[in-house]
Amino acid sequence: MLYREAGQFKTTYAEDMAIFPIRQDRMALAILLGIAFIGVPLLADFDIWPFGSDYLLRAILLPFLILALAAIGVNILVGYCGQISLGSGAFMAIGAYSAYKLGTGVHIPLDWLGFAISIPPLPVLLSILLGGLAAAVVGILFGIPSLRIKGLYLAVATLAAQFFFDWVFLRVPWFTNYAPSGSVSAPTLDFFGLNVGTPIERYMLCLIFVTVFAFLAKNLVRGNLGRQWMAIRDMDIAAELIGIRPLYAKLTAFAVSSFIIGVAGALWAFVYLGSWEPLAFSIERSLQLLFMVIIGGLGSIMGSFIGAAFILILPIMLNLLPTQLGVPLSTETITHLEFIIFGSLICYLLIKEPHGFARLISIGKEKLRLWPFPY
Amino acid sequence: MIALGQFLEVLIGGLMSGVLYSLVALGFVLIFKASGVFNFAQGAMVLLAGLALVRSLDLLVANGFPLWVAIVLGIGFAAVIMAITAWLIERFVIGPLVNQNALTLFMSTIGVTFVLEGAAQMIFGSDVYPLRLFPTDIWLLFESHFPGGILVNQLDVWGGLIAGILVAGLAIFFQQTKTGRALRAVADDHMAAQSVGIPIGWIWFVVWLVAGLVALVAATVWGTKLGVQFSITFLALKALPVLIIGGLTSVPGAIVGGLIVGAGEKLAEVFLGSHIGGGIEYWFAYVLALAVLLVRPQGLFGERIIERI
Repeated sequence: MLYREAGQFKTTYAEDMAIFPIRQDRMALAILLGIAFIGVPLLADFDIWPFGSDYLLRAILLPFLILALAAIGVNILVGYCGQISLGSGAFMAIGAYSAYKLGTGVHIPLDWLGFAISIPPLPVLLSILLGGLAAAVVGILFGIPSLRIKGLYLAVATLAAQFFFDWVFLRVPWFTNYAPSGSVSAPTLDFFGLNVGTPIERYMLCLIFVTVFAFLAKNLVRGNLGRQWMAIRDMDIAAELIGIRPLYAKLTAFAVSSFIIGVAGALWAFVYLGSWEPLAFSIERSLQLLFMVIIGGLGSIMGSFIGAAFILILPIMLNLLPTQLGVPLSTETITHLEFIIFGSLICYLLIKEPHGFARLISIGKEKLRLWPFPY
Repeated sequence: MIALGQFLEVLIGGLMSGVLYSLVALGFVLIFKASGVFNFAQGAMVLLAGLALVRSLDLLVANGFPLWVAIVLGIGFAAVIMAITAWLIERFVIGPLVNQNALTLFMSTIGVTFVLEGAAQMIFGSDVYPLRLFPTDIWLLFESHFPGGILVNQLDVWGGLIAGILVAGLAIFFQQTKTGRALRAVADDHMAAQSVGIPIGWIWFVVWLVAGLVALVAATVWGTKLGVQFSITFLALKALPVLIIGGLTSVPGAIVGGLIVGAGEKLAEVFLGSHIGGGIEYWFAYVLALAVLLVRPQGLFGERIIERI
């Protein structure tokens, strides 16, 4: 009888509409946030294994947080609005490169008009958010085809975005500030005079971003807009009949999703990679994000986190396991084995639980409600 | 002024590489028609078939078999490998996922892609293996009409021939044989096909087998051109716009779409690329597909899907 809403009476409408109506959910979330915000920094501070080493923070937690943010963005589009996108990597790239350009100063010479547009280097926070905004604008543009096509056809349309922007950032030297190697470095991460440099600072920064955006997304999807998206996903004709404008609903989904993906892209480039080249945002990244969303659970914010953790940590585990077990295998064999096991696990999960980990969690909650009685 | 000779040379080269795209796209179309599965693994299947063929060929030749025996045995071995793959995929992935939505099926084929790529390279090695089945000499045509003539690779001509034969063979298979007709019945309506006694599992196995054999053919041509190597799998991605342009459900569409994409991207690369920085080949096909989608969502030859959006 650990988990049930019996006895928790709601006396106001606001209470009834609360984001987490069950007390145990609130407590679990508070504990989780407490561990993330206070526990991890404390453990890192006192050098307690494994938090003491930078490896966990830099190589696991940081990418996990950022990719979870991107997965939330993808989930809004694919999971809530039902529009398949294979171009998430491109939107991450747009966020990253726009933020980079804004963070280092934009200079557009308009010789034929006789003047130039110059924007001085913006603060990092502003350029990251504006990078997201740029991704949102491009997202709306590439969302327009979704008004005529859907399903796998739309997937190919977004694939066009992926390849086009891969090329743009590779071939147009303006975006990389004419760097000869095509690889660019992020400006120093200066937030209101606070320099973010050490892994734990970077971790905290990403954590704040992810928490804020996760709450925003959670509130969006249970509000008016989110319900419109879900109606469009479930049956577009019926949604249109009850007065939902498909144009508005689909384009807002594209905009919000691309914004979040763009911010995640900017974070990925600035905070995680530091210096990067267009390859960091290739088609593999798009597929990886789509996997996270599907494995985690379509239409679930929580699922995005679980999916991101699973997809990210599984290859690392597979990589470590043979050496830990003392099985002598060449690195090449390990890479191939990793491919095989990863692929089979994806297939297995899709067959066993097509609705992802989020469904497992809700089943678990149902069971907990009754526990310890059978019914 | 662009010389006509150069234009023709680029056009022919483009059309011929388009044939190769068509070969990959054909495999997609077959599976999509019969089971509604958008098969991302086609590129990996080309890789697997190519590796199986080239490695067994090398082994047989090294053991003193005459070349023609080695080729026949090698192709037979690769075909058997593709048959086993088809059976495994049908039995363990597509079969259990019956009735799931298109996205889940699509993702599962990406999973299959990973497995095939890993397994193929683990079993057969992961280097670049040259394959020499077709002549790769160069012909110079119309030397009297244009200065320098028109360069045509013999391999491209062979590729075109093989694609033609393949399409004719598939057409006969679909129209004339009992299995072919059962295939079309399944494509039309799974439930109805099942209720008149068509074994659906067997049919799907046949479809994946045919797609595997098409992949084998594609692998022989691509392998001769580029060597059998991992980058062949990226072909799968190039075949997607081909499908969109030609129509997802049309075999002739796959061929025509491939030709359009091949010729279009080579022409764009040569005549536009110099103006905007090169590398247009990389995205031209996708943007073309996007344009086609906006004007004619079912593709040039696809069945019109009447569906409100």
